[in-house]
Amino acid sequence: MSTQSTHTPPPPAPMGGPRRMDAKSIAIWGTVAVVGAVCWVVLALSRGEEVSALWILFAALASYAIAYRFYARFIAYTVLEVDDTRATPAERYDNGRDFDVTHRHVLFGHHFAAIAGAGPLVGPVLAAQMGYLPGTIWIIVGVIFAGAVQDMVVLFFSMRRDGKSLGQMVREEIGVVGGIAALIAVFAIMIIILAVLALVVVNALAESPWGVFSIGLTIPIALFMGYYLRVLRPGRVSEVTAIGVGLLLLAIIGGGYVDQMGIEEALTLSKEQLTFALVVYGFVASILPVWMLLTPRDYLSTFMKVGVIVLLAVGLILAAPVLQQEAVTDFAREGTGPVFAGKLFPFVFITIACGALSGFHALIASGTTPKMLAKESQVRMIGYGGMLMESFVAISALIAASVIDPGLYFAMNSPAGATGADPATAAEFIAGLGFSITPDQLTQAAAAVEEQTLISRTGGAPTLALGMSQIFTEAFGGGLAAFWYHFAIMFEALFILTAVDAGTRVGRFMLQDTVGNLWPRYADLSWKPASWSASAVVVALWGYMLYVGVTDPLGGINQLFPLFGIANQLLAAIALTLCVTLLIKHGKVKWAWVPGIGLAWDLIVTMTASYQKVFSDNPAIGYFTQRERYADALDAGELLAPATSVDQMEQVVFNSTVNGTLQSIFALLVLVVVANAFVIWFRAVRAGSLPTTEVPRQESHLVQPSDFIATAEEKEAVREWETARRGTGAGSHR
Amino acid sequence: MTAVLEMARTLRRRVRELTGEARWDDYLAECAELGEQPMSRREFERLRDDEREHLPGEGRCC
Repeated sequence: MSTQSTHTPPPPAPMGGPRRMDAKSIAIWGTVAVVGAVCWVVLALSRGEEVSALWILFAALASYAIAYRFYARFIAYTVLEVDDTRATPAERYDNGRDFDVTHRHVLFGHHFAAIAGAGPLVGPVLAAQMGYLPGTIWIIVGVIFAGAVQDMVVLFFSMRRDGKSLGQMVREEIGVVGGIAALIAVFAIMIIILAVLALVVVNALAESPWGVFSIGLTIPIALFMGYYLRVLRPGRVSEVTAIGVGLLLLAIIGGGYVDQMGIEEALTLSKEQLTFALVVYGFVASILPVWMLLTPRDYLSTFMKVGVIVLLAVGLILAAPVLQQEAVTDFAREGTGPVFAGKLFPFVFITIACGALSGFHALIASGTTPKMLAKESQVRMIGYGGMLMESFVAISALIAASVIDPGLYFAMNSPAGATGADPATAAEFIAGLGFSITPDQLTQAAAAVEEQTLISRTGGAPTLALGMSQIFTEAFGGGLAAFWYHFAIMFEALFILTAVDAGTRVGRFMLQDTVGNLWPRYADLSWKPASWSASAVVVALWGYMLYVGVTDPLGGINQLFPLFGIANQLLAAIALTLCVTLLIKHGKVKWAWVPGIGLAWDLIVTMTASYQKVFSDNPAIGYFTQRERYADALDAGELLAPATSVDQMEQVVFNSTVNGTLQSIFALLVLVVVANAFVIWFRAVRAGSLPTTEVPRQESHLVQPSDFIATAEEKEAVREWETARRGTGAGSHR
Repeated sequence: MTAVLEMARTLRRRVRELTGEARWDDYLAECAELGEQPMSRREFERLRDDEREHLPGEGRCC
């Protein structure tokens, strides 16, 4: 390890800075730009004809490439002024634990695995009710100007502060009031996110014995892997992951035989039973030693995540499916869609959070990743590049949802209260929406993937699974539709459960840390009463919200998903506010627009959406109007559809109150942070700049390339440096 | 041929870094360099498990 050496190899020359483009690269980038422009024109002009999904795919890839090459480079070298002669926290503290100089490709893998989850898969599927075009534009434009900028800039500032967390930075750089508001917001938002993710799993597994069988088996598989790594063959991670994935595939195949095994009935679970199971699981998983369940499950889910995304990209190119969904549906203008209520603006921008702009990433970008960077300039490939990759996942999910017949799509994603959960009534409801599907077709579609029904399978996961199953069946042949469907369900449920485990644990740490400020003993991570009670509180909170969603007569997803999306975007508002604040404090007010564009748009969207969710007089949108409508009906002794009993009526009243209150609190917390930041902006602009908590510069003695592919000069520099280092006898094994 | 071998070796190394198995390789190399007797793999992994237990841990996102 280089830091242990007293002999210092020659300091590295700065690398990877802006260079003039030569004729060859002008030709290459010119071609990429033309390809991108052609794809966008085709997408913009095609109406009512057959459009291949590949136009979306290549419009995305070309746009990403140009944004990465030019905009991200501009942000890195001109706005942030990354400095490769400056040592990163990983180089300075290199302790072989959290601070660890990590190869950039490996760190890209770690970072991507940490930021990508079910979010970018679910949001675009729901947003497809507006047509494929609004979602496509927002995912691509949003990631380039907001999401990827946020991830990269937060990563940079956290790196310059030894990997401080978002909450800590807000407190120290903006103020105590903003800091406390941010802390509460982060915790509350996390609870909502866990509840909604768990709701997606519950909806995907309810009445699906095959799904329950395969997902249920992941628990003993993970336990076995944990035992293997702890006792049988310690540390053999690749080996045990290969075994685990093999067992996982067997579990999916085995699920097809639940009928023959005579356990079909036992595994047909209601949503309430699944909720109970998930809550118990979440609690147990978060208090067990991590080696038993959490770590091995993480190996499995990371492998599956990356594997399936690659498979999906290959499948899309091979199958080159035609988009069935309309470019822009009437719901975009009228706001009367059955999947979620509200018009295109602001609700497409809320529904698709992850993939375009996700505040949650700021927690990862200010947590583990900044402590592992080898070089400052790598924030571009890790932060910006990682988020582009997530955006690509979102685009794939949007395509998967848009290749399904629209009639079937709406039958799957409309709440049971609307479809009547029966083929005949569902077909009638779909006809009312202006699409057509026969009861027979609905039954056949379910039979093709060996599910009891596909009607009102809300939450996005079943729709995505169906789309993926269509794409894979077309790409790879073999009539394995049912296998692919359950494969996709398994893959989503697997990493949602990993997020639930890990999220509960992170929430527990946050709670222990916060309470520890008042009662120091509570912060002791190995004190059982504290860790158990903190876990129980976290699980109880998201479990309660999950239960609210599961039993909501109006349909949990359409009630809770907007809350989740807004919460995630509000967290992004906090992160972007921090980015703008720091640029201004560093005397770079002229570059404040870089995170400022994202912040302004995000505030417009989230505040409009919050306002509508709280004050709209349309009961489908405004929580409190909805509450009033049902409360008035209750007083008058009437029942309002889809509620079928007084109990359900009371439930709607109660849920609307809870959701509306949470919505208002979130928005207020964010306004507090922004208002507090405003004071600092004003002061900093007047003073020219203000001191920050950035750690002082120390000379770097490491030489590493900046980008995915090392340039010839970089390779040469690394070679020279390695030779010099060997000469001085500094650590040779890295 | 040597170039192919070199590439395979680098790839193996990257995979082991990704899974964290490279920590053990590094530890062995460090012991060899210092001329120390390394602890057993079992003991080494136990220590890493204990460390992981007390680190806030990597969040998994949505």
